[in-house]
Amino acid sequence: MLNVGQLNEGVVLDHIPAGKAMDIYKRLKLDRLDCQVAMIMHAHSNKMGEKDIIKVEAPLKKLNLDALGFIDHTITVNIIKDGQIVEKQKLRLPKKLVNVIHCKNPRCISTIEQGLDQVFYLADEEHEIYRCRYCDEQYRSSKKKG
Amino acid sequence: MRHCMSPLDFSVEEIDQLLDLATDIEHNPEKYSHACEGKKIATLFYEPSTRTRLSFETAMLNLGGKVIGFSSAQSSSAAKGESVSDTIRVISCFADIAAIRHPKEGAPYVASLVSKIPVINAGDGGHQHPTQTLTDLMTIRSIKGRLNNMTIGICGDLKFGRTVHSLISALVRYTGIRFILISPEELRIPDYVREDVLEKNNVPFKEVIRLEDALPDLDVLYMTRVQKERFFNEDDYVRMKDFYILDENKLQLAKKDCAILHPLPRVNEISVDVDKDPRACYFRQVQYGVYVRMALILTLLGVKVSC
Repeated sequence: MLNVGQLNEGVVLDHIPAGKAMDIYKRLKLDRLDCQVAMIMHAHSNKMGEKDIIKVEAPLKKLNLDALGFIDHTITVNIIKDGQIVEKQKLRLPKKLVNVIHCKNPRCISTIEQGLDQVFYLADEEHEIYRCRYCDEQYRSSKKKG
Repeated sequence: MRHCMSPLDFSVEEIDQLLDLATDIEHNPEKYSHACEGKKIATLFYEPSTRTRLSFETAMLNLGGKVIGFSSAQSSSAAKGESVSDTIRVISCFADIAAIRHPKEGAPYVASLVSKIPVINAGDGGHQHPTQTLTDLMTIRSIKGRLNNMTIGICGDLKFGRTVHSLISALVRYTGIRFILISPEELRIPDYVREDVLEKNNVPFKEVIRLEDALPDLDVLYMTRVQKERFFNEDDYVRMKDFYILDENKLQLAKKDCAILHPLPRVNEISVDVDKDPRACYFRQVQYGVYVRMALILTLLGVKVSC
């Protein structure tokens, strides 16, 4: 059995679909945090069969929950204090995404305008469809894309 | 401060008010001839569009105002690399209202975020062209006397035509509207318009290929140009383009009061012999475009004209 040191203060992202931890690591830009990050991949899960887990030794406010909600809002976010889970935070599909994804429409103004945030809004919650605020180009959340 | 980015920026009631004002302008132009005295519109056209630009400029001149602007990106600071945001900040110091056409989608919206003056989207790539839609609505209402309870045929390039998508989105808000969508298989209406606009609003519609099959049922026929560059196969284009030449013979199948609209420019999809038919409304449509832009300028500037 693999042992990863216990987290005293920080956040555990649990129930990540197996194999997606690295994608989340990159999308949340965890490499830029000045703290310890542990990634466990293909761990046994009663619920999912296999899952990934990420442990981050940093306060919750350091994580972009909008980005995480967009990637997969079924991921469990556990907040750890003194080695114990003190809170489980539910993720939601964010109504708005700022600088999480980039518009791929080559005709969009965001491809040339300097200093412009990449803004997407949730256009259809049921089908998890986002649209670019500038050109209305459609994007599905990562989870829906599969 | 209010801007105009999409026809759906306005509620049905607001569009009614706007069209009422445009109709009053049509019937009493002298009443409005000094309404914008001392005011300036900046027409910032990053790509050529003679008709739309001249329509905006005519609208402001008819209101007694003045016009500044440019008609291509090459003659603007964009050629030096200036951003849209910086340009509108500068123009805000010169003019009272701006109409922006830009090849990049969303550019007028980006301008509106930092502008100190109302911004009108005069066309942004294949995205929105709200004043064309307002023009279409005004034309239909003026000729048919209503915007509800009618069958509207839209013919030609339904896949890429932004005027078509905007018009459908605007018309589904009225009751009793039915659409007959006439296009070759390759240029059918996109799924997102079919599903998100038509089906979502329970609007009856059917899709047909032959114009002749639709003509007898139509109260309004909105023609568009089938663009050769959209076809991968030259043979398909040649096969399809002749389907959509509306001539006097085909027009005999249409109702006596069917209104024929076209956003123009026309190439060959409406034969010139149709021009003299009283049902041909596309040149009146251009005139309505001036009235509706006058009404829009007055509305966005908050100018009230007393009776």
